[in-house]
Amino acid sequence: MHHPGTNNKVYKKINDNFEWSSENFKKISEIIKKYPSNRIQSAVIPLLDLAQRQNNGWLSKNSMEKVAETLSMSYIRVLEVATFYSMFNLEPIGKNFVQICRTTPCWLRGSDKLFKVAQEVCETNIGETSDDEIFTVVEVECLGACCNAPMVQINDDYYEDLDEESFKKILQDLKDNKSIKVGSQIGRKSSQPERKFDA
Amino acid sequence: MLKEKDKIFKNLYGFEDWKLEGAKKRGIWSNTKELIKMGSEKIVEEIKNSQLRGRGGAGFPAGLKWSFMPKDSGKDHYLVVNADESEPGTCKDREIMRNDPHLLLEGCLVAAFAMHAHTCYIYIRGEYYSESSNLQKAIDEAYTNNLIGKNACGTGWDFDIYLHRGAGAYICGEETALLESLEGKKGQPRLKPPFPAGAGLYGCPTTVTNVETVAVSPTILRRGSKWFADLGSANNTGTKIFSISGHVNNPCNVEEEMGIPLKELIEKHAGGVIGGWENLLAVIPGGASVPLLPKSICDTVKMDFDSLKEVQSGLGTAAVIVMNKSTDIVEAIARLSHFYKHESCGQCTPCREGTGWMYRMMEKMVHGNVEHQDIDKILDVTKQIEGHTICALGDAAAWPIQGLFRHFRPEIEKRIQERNRRAA
Repeated sequence: MHHPGTNNKVYKKINDNFEWSSENFKKISEIIKKYPSNRIQSAVIPLLDLAQRQNNGWLSKNSMEKVAETLSMSYIRVLEVATFYSMFNLEPIGKNFVQICRTTPCWLRGSDKLFKVAQEVCETNIGETSDDEIFTVVEVECLGACCNAPMVQINDDYYEDLDEESFKKILQDLKDNKSIKVGSQIGRKSSQPERKFDA
Repeated sequence: MLKEKDKIFKNLYGFEDWKLEGAKKRGIWSNTKELIKMGSEKIVEEIKNSQLRGRGGAGFPAGLKWSFMPKDSGKDHYLVVNADESEPGTCKDREIMRNDPHLLLEGCLVAAFAMHAHTCYIYIRGEYYSESSNLQKAIDEAYTNNLIGKNACGTGWDFDIYLHRGAGAYICGEETALLESLEGKKGQPRLKPPFPAGAGLYGCPTTVTNVETVAVSPTILRRGSKWFADLGSANNTGTKIFSISGHVNNPCNVEEEMGIPLKELIEKHAGGVIGGWENLLAVIPGGASVPLLPKSICDTVKMDFDSLKEVQSGLGTAAVIVMNKSTDIVEAIARLSHFYKHESCGQCTPCREGTGWMYRMMEKMVHGNVEHQDIDKILDVTKQIEGHTICALGDAAAWPIQGLFRHFRPEIEKRIQERNRRAA
């Protein structure tokens, strides 16, 4: 299944200039301080993450070159890291990056149904971006919230304890630009046993 | 059943304040200075006596691991906390980091002091965004209150903690791959030896250890190794967080005594199997990497390292994935094969090629679209992958399939016969 993070090609885009924003420039000097002064290459993952956030959720060739320049690394070393880790998207994505977990614990709790809902509401196939560029829907492997299955990650946040209805509502609200509730959708605190809640 | 007073994780679900103030009320950071004053040798000794075994999956004795760190190597020493929690079924470290981060930070100080490390990196999986922001806030609080930093807790020991976010690679939970990733490279495991205790992060002595292992250590020192060793049974001591997911009425994380019977664990804490115990088909007792157990074994098995090893499975991360009779067991395992295919780092040929081949084969098996001799063929392939790769991902990909055929071979044979009948 296609996923912009598991793609090994660099996306060609013309007229793309990438310069660090002044805010990110300050953040970089903070990040680099975490590592020994002769080991700043360690900061490549945090910097790629920063570049991706500045660049609407994906990494262009220029942004990766900028990271390489900032850390005095060769470009190929940066590209190698960007292609290896699935959280780095190498092609543009929609405004809401919807990642649906497909691994066994979520599947046992009915994640299959969520894929159908996403296709309907977002009007796109799995692995693709909708025409209005509001959604990119992908399937991903375990996101580590198995006691709150099935779950979905949208941009930075987890949405847990989903069913078809609640997931449909989340996507519809995103479409209508309404605010949505993060975390468990059935009012559970973290991963507590649900029943205690009534007591 | 574990008594309330013996629980180490008092704020597992986040009902109380996770910040410093709340943490102090729970006794965290209360007498850290005295714990440090015990001296590093005594701390390691206590951890050894408690018989604490690593909570990350392999179950290696923690005290022994800590004692591998050289005393005066002349190099910087590092403690690296493995918070790259990605094993399917496992979500325990997440609760520690977002609901009780100071428990972890205090553990970091104690553990780092015991292994002569002034620096600690916490490598958290990149997807845990809100967890990492909680943890970062807790680190900032600890710095401001002089609990870590220069002269941490007034002990004279300088100690820094840095949070490092990963970027979505299961393999970075393997300790040497994690170190590679922390050095800014692809997360491909290193050959051992040299072991990290000799040459780890930046070529310096390093110990990589799981979040839960670190987080329980200050409580062990406070309450004494004997208290911890009295819980559970010999060699399988203490408490453990179990993540119960899948076909149960109330999936949850719960802290329990080691060696609790699986049936009791599921019925008492998770509200039982959906459709009742008789509706149980199989359980994966320790995260995706360990072989599954059919109901007949689940009836009596105890949840600890040695008992599960006896029934050819393992405790792993204690992530209990429950499957009832509505499950297509072959597809459940095929999905795990897809996971390993996706997460193989591509370094060793048996794993890179084998995981893909096994996944394609498993997909065919779901529909019975194979010949009878293919079952022996896939088992042969799993044996050829197992033990022939640098890290344990190859083994982890092979074991679920071996477990499936050990207990459910007739199910696949039935599917093959059905398909043949339809074709005829």
